[in-house]
Amino acid sequence: MRFGVVVFPGSNCDHDAWYAFSHNLGQQAEFIWHDSTSLGNVDAVILPGGFAYGDYLRCGAIAKFSPVMTAVRKFASDGGLVLGICNGFQILVESGLLPGALLRNRGLRFVCREVTLRIETVDTPFTCGAKRGQLMRLPVAHGEGCYYAGERLLDTLEGEDRVVVRYVDTPNGSLRNIAGICNEGRNVMGLMPHPERASDALLGSTDGRVILESMIRTLSKAHSGLTPARSPVSAIA
Amino acid sequence: MSDLTAQELDKVRAILKREPTETETGIFTVMWSEHCSYKSSRLHLKKLPTKGPGVLVGPGENAGIIDIGGGYAIAFKIESHNHPSFIEPFQGAATGVGGILRDIFTMGARPIAVLDALRFGPLDDPECGDRNRRILGGVVEGIAHYGNCFGVPTVGGECVFEPCYNGNPLVNVFALGVFRHDEIFYGRASGIGNPVIYVGAKTGRDGIHGASMASSEFTEESKQKRPNVQVGDPFMEKLLLEACLEAMHTGAIVGIQDMGAAGLTCSTCEMGSRAGTGIEFELGLVPQRETGMTPYEIMLSESQERMLLVAEAGREQEVFAVFKKWGLDAVMIGRVTGDGMLRVKNHGGVVAEIPNRELADEAPLYDRPHNIAPYRSAPMETPEIPSSADLSADVLKLLGSGDLCSKRWIWQQYDYTVRTNTLAGPGGDAAIVRIKETGSSIAMSVDGNGRYCSLSPREGARLLVAECCRNLSTVGALPIAATNNLNFGNPERPEIMAQLVEAIEGMAEACRHFETPITGGNVSLYNETLGEAIWPTPVMGIVGLMKTALPVTIPFKNEARTVMLLGGEGWCDGVRFGGTQYAKVVLNTMWGLPPALDMDYEKRVQMAIREIVQAGLAESSHDVGEGGLAVALAECCASGIGAHIELSAALRPEFALFHEGPSRIVVSTANATAVEDIARKHNVECARIGVTMKARLRIDHHSATWVDSPVDRLREVWENAFESLLALQHV
Repeated sequence: MRFGVVVFPGSNCDHDAWYAFSHNLGQQAEFIWHDSTSLGNVDAVILPGGFAYGDYLRCGAIAKFSPVMTAVRKFASDGGLVLGICNGFQILVESGLLPGALLRNRGLRFVCREVTLRIETVDTPFTCGAKRGQLMRLPVAHGEGCYYAGERLLDTLEGEDRVVVRYVDTPNGSLRNIAGICNEGRNVMGLMPHPERASDALLGSTDGRVILESMIRTLSKAHSGLTPARSPVSAIA
Repeated sequence: MSDLTAQELDKVRAILKREPTETETGIFTVMWSEHCSYKSSRLHLKKLPTKGPGVLVGPGENAGIIDIGGGYAIAFKIESHNHPSFIEPFQGAATGVGGILRDIFTMGARPIAVLDALRFGPLDDPECGDRNRRILGGVVEGIAHYGNCFGVPTVGGECVFEPCYNGNPLVNVFALGVFRHDEIFYGRASGIGNPVIYVGAKTGRDGIHGASMASSEFTEESKQKRPNVQVGDPFMEKLLLEACLEAMHTGAIVGIQDMGAAGLTCSTCEMGSRAGTGIEFELGLVPQRETGMTPYEIMLSESQERMLLVAEAGREQEVFAVFKKWGLDAVMIGRVTGDGMLRVKNHGGVVAEIPNRELADEAPLYDRPHNIAPYRSAPMETPEIPSSADLSADVLKLLGSGDLCSKRWIWQQYDYTVRTNTLAGPGGDAAIVRIKETGSSIAMSVDGNGRYCSLSPREGARLLVAECCRNLSTVGALPIAATNNLNFGNPERPEIMAQLVEAIEGMAEACRHFETPITGGNVSLYNETLGEAIWPTPVMGIVGLMKTALPVTIPFKNEARTVMLLGGEGWCDGVRFGGTQYAKVVLNTMWGLPPALDMDYEKRVQMAIREIVQAGLAESSHDVGEGGLAVALAECCASGIGAHIELSAALRPEFALFHEGPSRIVVSTANATAVEDIARKHNVECARIGVTMKARLRIDHHSATWVDSPVDRLREVWENAFESLLALQHV
């Protein structure tokens, strides 16, 4: 499969995502520059972590105006898979592709550590390879990861089974311990923890692979005939 | 304002053969400041070993470069930002990180790791505790802000508290980058007629005279110097990094240097001086943030995130295109000339014209008097050491002390996993970062021991090198090269200068012995406030090389494993006990001398532990450092597995448990015989001191039980002490 990793000025986990897909999972991965108006031939889009545009104003507030985001919105509305990790999640929320907001951590400090997460639904292209209730150890590294939404929206997210991952031990005070959610169409997901940093045994955890592998599995199924939504994979390795 | 002495001004007149202009005086003042010229230390720095088989570039460039095989190399250096961090902790520390990162990527290397050595006054100091906590909070947040946004993992460091840092905290930042041999760039303005290009942030009035501020003592007026502290923008630096590396790949860049201390002045004259050329440029072309800046201000500004580069004539557009892509200013401001002069014009008129070489290389050199005993405040005589009433309580007291407790509160604010290379992050003996391209990893440790150095700068410096190397060996890495940060008081005082000279000589001797050449570093003098000097505090950053593999860490992993003390229980007497943490924390005093070091023995212990770790025999390994064996063992219990230890040394309990004799490493293993074989081969002691077990740490000596504590209790105290100290409020 072909994964496109968007590079905003200030993205700093772009290479990590690229490496995870290309080296740890043997997929094709390429970078997409933020002022590009096309996503090219990719099967899925990753919005990586970092500090896009320095996180000035608010995290993701400037990135949402990048030309590439118009293409990402179109891609998403056509059913394409979009995964936002950390700053990428913040950008998806600012862009309106996902609901709610990400506020400053409850402790008011940046927090980098490993957290335990529970997979709340396997009915998404990002978790279809997991088991419901499965626990994962993933690193977080953010200053603004406190998920916030009104009660009604929180109820809706839960009612529609759109809370994808929850913290067992929240590092940031997120409401209802929400770590990651998906959109109504279930093809756009954002989460604060970093699955790409937990996809190599040498780094201490491979728990994040289930998310990346679920995406590959979903796309492989799509390619094998049923819904050729995206152009076929290039034969060039 | 001129900080030049009368003799220095005479020298300036002799070089120029006329009176200097105001701008020229400013240029000489910063270039000949202690910070930029090392005029008090240069003579003695020459004693340090700088060459070795792997050294590709030694001192003199922006950072040292070491070959790591496979066509790859690393660039690394440590630098201080002490004075700015006291005046404005957040920005002072942030720009300290920014400055050292630029030193690394200006050479073409991508930064992959940062470590910090921090020193503050005690958090519970009755007079200064509030301020110390505020400074600590600001410094940590500043480091986090800059490093996290830039995208470099902060993988380790140390944090120490002593009253001597109440009025003068130390913030030393180490950075390391990686590149291929053919990607190395130098700060040289070669090729007459080549364009000189300014890139990055615009120039403002911030940081003017930062370099000379860093070269004088603190007085009450220092607090008025807040405008001298620069303001950092890590986002701009990240763009600058990507743009510079991309521009380098075009092949159109001839030389490049960051604008750090003394800004445009230092970069222009050093680049010209290294290449034996001159540079002529026009100040009117320099991108400026404010209107009405004088030539003096533009030349001396220390605005951050700026670079100066020299491109190949005719290929400027390739360079401009890259910077445009990244949204950065890139302006040709002048050309390389053949006359060796730094010629600065302002809207056409010459405002400064100075021979580059004399400015950069003919700075004053002082042989400051030092022929007296180094200053020390502690007595030599050993006091009456009372018998401990409760050794278990002593262990807890030490684990909960500022120097020894877990610094989790600090390092959880640093992104230490970005770039997906961190095999071992903060909290271990050494940090380990893998190099994806080579299958090898770099281990790093930064250490300082002002307490030992205050008792004996020479012995302290030797111990420091030994400890830093031991930290690397403990994780299985071979120490290969070092960088140093020399933090001292006012060198014009002979008893302080003597500290500096003795520390450098001790460091030189040890670096030769352990084969870790020093490839660069930083000297920070005048660390005094109101006439009170800090302890002599050399800080080392040493790097080691190892094969990429799962790291061996501190905590015991399994029950029923043999606990071994490689190097033996060691030896101590009253005099050598006076610099220990036990003396500090439990006895509340200090005296005597630091622990005795046998460098030959130390080297053999380190060879042995590397072999043990590399053979996969160690399930855990941890060197015995501050707090002694008892604290080291307690730290080994951090994951919940304890041990039953039986000691046999003929020492009084306080000495046996808490002496800080070097050359000792705690190892747990399933194959004690194989470990002993390796130790025997290297002719070092290796005692079986106990067995790991569930939930308790118990230390016996023959029939007596000295320490007995639930592991959970030890961990609770160790993990939570720091936050308790921070939560203190003085009314």
